[in-house]
Amino acid sequence: MDEATLVEWRVKPGDRVERGDIVAAIETSKGVIDIESFDSGIVDALLIEPGVKIPVGTALARIRSDAPGTPAHSTPPAAPAPAPPAPATPPSPAGAAGREGRVRASPAARRHAAELGVDLARLHGTGPHGVITIEDVARAAPPARSTAPPPDMRATIAAAMTRAKREIPHYYLATGVDLHKATLWLAEYNRERPVTGRVLMGLLFVRAVAKALTGFADFNGFYKDGAFVPGPGIHVGVAVALRGGGLVAPALHDADGNTLDAQRPAFQDLVTRARSGHLRASEMADATITVTSLGERGVDTVFPVIHPPQVAIVGFGRVAQKPVVTADGGIAAHPVVQVSLAADHRVSDGHRGGLFLAAIERWLQTPEQL
Amino acid sequence: MPPQESIRDIVLDALAGIAPEAAGAPLDGARNLREQLDIDSVDFLNLLMTLHERLGVDIPEADYAQLQTLDDAVAYLERRRAAPARS
Repeated sequence: MDEATLVEWRVKPGDRVERGDIVAAIETSKGVIDIESFDSGIVDALLIEPGVKIPVGTALARIRSDAPGTPAHSTPPAAPAPAPPAPATPPSPAGAAGREGRVRASPAARRHAAELGVDLARLHGTGPHGVITIEDVARAAPPARSTAPPPDMRATIAAAMTRAKREIPHYYLATGVDLHKATLWLAEYNRERPVTGRVLMGLLFVRAVAKALTGFADFNGFYKDGAFVPGPGIHVGVAVALRGGGLVAPALHDADGNTLDAQRPAFQDLVTRARSGHLRASEMADATITVTSLGERGVDTVFPVIHPPQVAIVGFGRVAQKPVVTADGGIAAHPVVQVSLAADHRVSDGHRGGLFLAAIERWLQTPEQL
Repeated sequence: MPPQESIRDIVLDALAGIAPEAAGAPLDGARNLREQLDIDSVDFLNLLMTLHERLGVDIPEADYAQLQTLDDAVAYLERRRAAPARS
């Protein structure tokens, strides 16, 4: 990325900002990302107008630091990874807004109409007593905008994957992991919790990989200038498919640390923001390995492509009932997932990769320690 | 809750929040929601959180299979609102 366009300011002169606060949104060739302040202080001046195209490294604003006399600059990131497509610009509220008294519509239908720019006054309600329902609004809405990812995002994925396949000598391993114990444990864990406190199997996968990495540093980091550089922490990129196509893999920072309970909201929030286009620059650039999980409706096994300059990616297929030989020699139907690894042969060998997958399996067999 | 806002509207509203890019297209009430809207497990959990907040109904994990289509979800939520919580 060489340049970006400032989309909007989220702060104004005189505002107090803390380090890490979102101060602006910029549009890059990879979509819109949120920019965090690198410093704490008072916003002194905004130096760039929205809509202006700026080269990377340009100072966007002047922040008066808490330590007097040390001005700090907030700048676009040097190299964000692929970002999601720009969120839709909300259309202006519907014309019905001024005539609400005469239009009978459900509150949900009103909100929906405002979002879609539908004029309620022109609709015929099919609800009780002619009330306009949300479905009436949906029928009247203009055709959904194209959900294809922006062409730039396709080009970014193409460039990264072409580089991966051209430069990285991948090797691939896969193994089936019996999730009988993990599934029972998770059901028990979630049973007493309200919906806001429940953990998804996908987070157990991410944590199992992160915990296993503590003994396998050669899968966590980057291949740069002909040598392996270990990652500064275990920041697991969580691959999130975007509904219209394309994907992003923002980092869940320090995925091996903290507790499952503490990490649950961060995981939920990260994936939700990935899909709504509100990732932070630090999340786009920091991943030291990637985990891709194709979900319940996918396939048994994924053969993933490494995201350069990372050196490994772990894939999880769907969890499916399979016949398993149990400890007593019988056969039972258990939930099984195919865990696969694609790793960089310049950094590790198949033997190491096999041990790494076995470590991931061991963690999944002791879910209570995740 | 205003009386004219049906459970169906609330579910549709919650879905529009989760899959805004699909909000323009009418939904088939009998088809699997996850397939129609390309909803993943995180989206689904967000949907349940919104429904919990709006309707005060907490949906146990064991009941997820009863919310696979819009029609099923509405029927389930109406039942649960009429006869709250086992547990």
